[in-house]
Amino acid sequence: MSGRFFGAAVTRVEDARLLTGTGHYVDDIELPGMLHAAFVRASFAHGRIRSIDKRDALAMPGVVAIYTMDDFADIAQGPMPPMAPHPLLKTPITYHPLSDTEVRHVGEAIAIVLADSRANAEDAAAAVILDVEYLPTVSDVALAHEANSPTAHSQHASNIAATMKAGFGDCARIFAKADHVLTEQFDIHRGGCHAMECRGVVANIDLLTDALTISTSSQSPYMVRRHLAAYLDRDENGIRVMTPDVGGGFGPKANVYAEEFAVALSTIKIRRPVKWIEDRQEHFVATTQQRGQIWSIDVAFDNNGRMRAIRGHCIHDNGAYAPYGLILPATAIASFPGPYALEALDLTVDVVLTNLVPTSPVRGACRPNVAFLLERLADRIARHLGMDRQDVRQRSFVKAEQMPYTTGLKARDGSPISYDSGDYTGALNLVLDKIAAKDFEARRKESKQRGKLRGLGIASCVEDTGIGPFEGASIRVTPAGKVIVATGASSQGQGHRTAFAQIAADALGVELEDVTVETADTAKFPLGISTIASRIAVTAGSSVQLAAHKVRAKAITFASHQLEVDEHDLELEGGAVRVKGIADMKIKLSEIARALAGSTGVPLPGNMEPDLAATAYFNSNALTFAYGANACEVEVDPETGDVRVVRYVVVHDCGKLINPLIVDGQIRGGVVHGIGNALFERMIYDEQGQPLTTTYGDYFLPMASEMPPIEIHHMETPSPRNPIGVKGAGEGGTIPAAACVISAVEDALGPNGPFIPVHPISPQQVVQWLKATR
Amino acid sequence: MKAPPFQYHRPQTREELGTLLSSLENAKILAGGQSLMPMMNLRVLAPDHLIDINRIPGLAGIRETPEGIEIGAMTRQADILSSDVVKARLPLLSRALEHVGHIQTRARGTIGGSCCHLDPSAEQPAMCAILDAEFIVTRPDGHRIVPASEWFEGLLQSALGEQEFLEAIRIKPWAKGHGYGFAEYARRHGDFAIAGGAALIEASKDGRITRAALLSFGIEASPRRLSDAEAALIDQPIGKLDLEPAVAAARALDAMEDVHVTPDYRRHLAGVLIRRALNEACTTLERQP
Repeated sequence: MSGRFFGAAVTRVEDARLLTGTGHYVDDIELPGMLHAAFVRASFAHGRIRSIDKRDALAMPGVVAIYTMDDFADIAQGPMPPMAPHPLLKTPITYHPLSDTEVRHVGEAIAIVLADSRANAEDAAAAVILDVEYLPTVSDVALAHEANSPTAHSQHASNIAATMKAGFGDCARIFAKADHVLTEQFDIHRGGCHAMECRGVVANIDLLTDALTISTSSQSPYMVRRHLAAYLDRDENGIRVMTPDVGGGFGPKANVYAEEFAVALSTIKIRRPVKWIEDRQEHFVATTQQRGQIWSIDVAFDNNGRMRAIRGHCIHDNGAYAPYGLILPATAIASFPGPYALEALDLTVDVVLTNLVPTSPVRGACRPNVAFLLERLADRIARHLGMDRQDVRQRSFVKAEQMPYTTGLKARDGSPISYDSGDYTGALNLVLDKIAAKDFEARRKESKQRGKLRGLGIASCVEDTGIGPFEGASIRVTPAGKVIVATGASSQGQGHRTAFAQIAADALGVELEDVTVETADTAKFPLGISTIASRIAVTAGSSVQLAAHKVRAKAITFASHQLEVDEHDLELEGGAVRVKGIADMKIKLSEIARALAGSTGVPLPGNMEPDLAATAYFNSNALTFAYGANACEVEVDPETGDVRVVRYVVVHDCGKLINPLIVDGQIRGGVVHGIGNALFERMIYDEQGQPLTTTYGDYFLPMASEMPPIEIHHMETPSPRNPIGVKGAGEGGTIPAAACVISAVEDALGPNGPFIPVHPISPQQVVQWLKATR
Repeated sequence: MKAPPFQYHRPQTREELGTLLSSLENAKILAGGQSLMPMMNLRVLAPDHLIDINRIPGLAGIRETPEGIEIGAMTRQADILSSDVVKARLPLLSRALEHVGHIQTRARGTIGGSCCHLDPSAEQPAMCAILDAEFIVTRPDGHRIVPASEWFEGLLQSALGEQEFLEAIRIKPWAKGHGYGFAEYARRHGDFAIAGGAALIEASKDGRITRAALLSFGIEASPRRLSDAEAALIDQPIGKLDLEPAVAAARALDAMEDVHVTPDYRRHLAGVLIRRALNEACTTLERQP
């Protein structure tokens, strides 16, 4: 589909507000009598709290109350409900809102201090005295996986929380007769996520009705409401959760957090508004982190480079808890076989607990890990056989004519996973053409003259997007003729207000500025899931389209009665329904809305239902698969080991583009995320589980100064699986990026360099690798 | 990340400042605040008193004097970077300042603040060390001049006494047309460098080195002059320099370790960077006709 706005690179309606400092974030909320919270957090990774002495702290200036879990005994107790229960997790491994006695990672919240200012609350938090029995700590996931390891939870016999298995085909048979088999070990580092805005919550209680109102910097406001209602044993109707402007989510904010519960419990207890704003120090120790995994992989392939089967074992570092169940390791499994038409697959993932911050999906979830494995293996096979890297891929990829392609894996509901559409080889050929791969050796030579080693990297990916079941939307035309779109999909800066307005404006024949989009307020839209997994364009975008078409149909029916014209002869244009070809024979949407709002004693025409409004839920039953091929060039300084990405080219297909500007922004940001994973971001812990990189001086978030120009080319293969033909775009930039950069570094180090099965890599490692090649 | 409680003082004159310094215990001077304020907010530092010297007149500015170029302690890094005098006569300092933080931090950060804080990787104190700067210190009974060779007392430790404050830094420029070179390696632009090197040379008309200064920083707790290697450069012909003594001297330093890098890698970098700095100094040297 396309129209005046759908597909157009219109500038974002959000930007004027967000870029001029007039956005409204959680921390901008000020309420009369509001208290400020600071948490007493564990400075040790594993221990049992014998007692908490808060007497001195309570006497400090401005302090109003200090609560531990016991203080909430009259409200609620016990662990938080699991967000995503899984049959393999017999007992959910979730936080208590405040630690119940055993603390399992540095940063876990133990008590909450309420004071008249954040500074006073922090002073008092530092004065709370803990008597702790320290317990053996496990901070290395490989050690945690061993049978005789200390356990992250003292009551567990083992750190293996679950063992997940998946696969298809007859691996044993294919491995037995394949021309070649290689085994490689991979170590993919956990990192942080670091949205620009940290988390934050403001809770308030209505003293007359007891109703709770919560504003939270979250991707999942409806999950906060659902789980808080369950925990408090209240009706959802008595809890309103909303997300004001949110400064980035990228995954971690999809969790329902202990702090959200602790702040809500505090508000109920003290009957005053409470604000907690996470600072960056807390973010480093209390917000979920990325996908640390160790993989052992066997790959079977033919003499001609065709990848045939993979056997893999993964040790997955889940950190101290599993607030999001097994979603993250499950995504690793679901990311196979990527673009490769494997004949057989056999995967085992051990989900392991450590005394570290929990891990949960961060942009791409575990898809970047699997892209790293598969793309590194493709490069490895090429090197083993002395072939071109792209030839291995072209011989192994699913072909365009095989679409829809059933991979062999099963979705969560047991149905077979099938790729809907795409041309993986075409994307790879296009990206190689765009980066001018055939002239690369000349550029390598030119860099060499400047003392630099240049390398070319390639990586492809396939990404499941648009996971169901739904995000809904309602559309209402007000008597003033304005269009209000409400959806449960929360927004963290993606440009939803623009994209949804584009869809609605086209369907209703109005201008963009006539459309207002309201996102994620449980009082304004009844249901919502989460803004995660590149699903909102598919789910909410389709619902906006369906709802808009219902409203359009209703307006036409009304106009047909009023104008006495056949419905087929009517169209929506210029904020009115008009007769095709007769510009002044029309009726304005505002008039229809006013009429359908009803007047005493006046019947509605044709017995129509009142209100020029409609709600729709598009059921996203089948995943839709975006894909991409990336190529980049790096320059390595052989003396310092510095790696600089100098060119980066993306070919990406996320179906129909609602707004190319927004998609480009998503992809560009995603690539930067991936470059950070490949070269910069390293979250270091010592053996005692103490985090050692907890400021931006030590934790290297990538900065603009280190980023290459990123060139983006779109292929637009419409998805047949939703009414607007779109696929998700939020993670496609990140997924292949680390693989692509490492591929380029390996290429730069030359034929005598090592195979690189890790990231991030450091300049120090590069120097050592180069030394070994000499 | 809120600072623990402290008392804030804002003296308007040197006299008021002197009185505060002699009467207050556990006080810290606030200059540009680009290191001090984060350290307080992280609760790494908890001074009882913060003495803000931003309102004291005459502490900022760049002056040419017969004894050298005087840079007031409160001169912002951005102002030094944009100074034509510094560009023309202390080009190495200009070159190094491009690597100090970012536009935003340079607008606030001061040379005096950095030279009193003494991060091992900081470029400004390192440039003072290679340029043999003099630190003009005001004390209750007047002034004293501390040569750069005595300013660095250890990790984050300057020679400044409890009742003293840094007034200005005085640097004698090298001869017109001298060669200068600077090289550092940081993971991201504006980060504290893992290691750095700097070089200054003067040469005779026949192209032989007559004067040299070499320095490594970020390697040990304080920037380190490579004196033996400096001496070894004298009389060497530009273009056929033996760089090895400088590289060997840098590699022999007692390098620090941190969570990211080993001492070995830091020493390796020290060697690489001193060579680059020295090579650059040879190219920036204006050859006498």
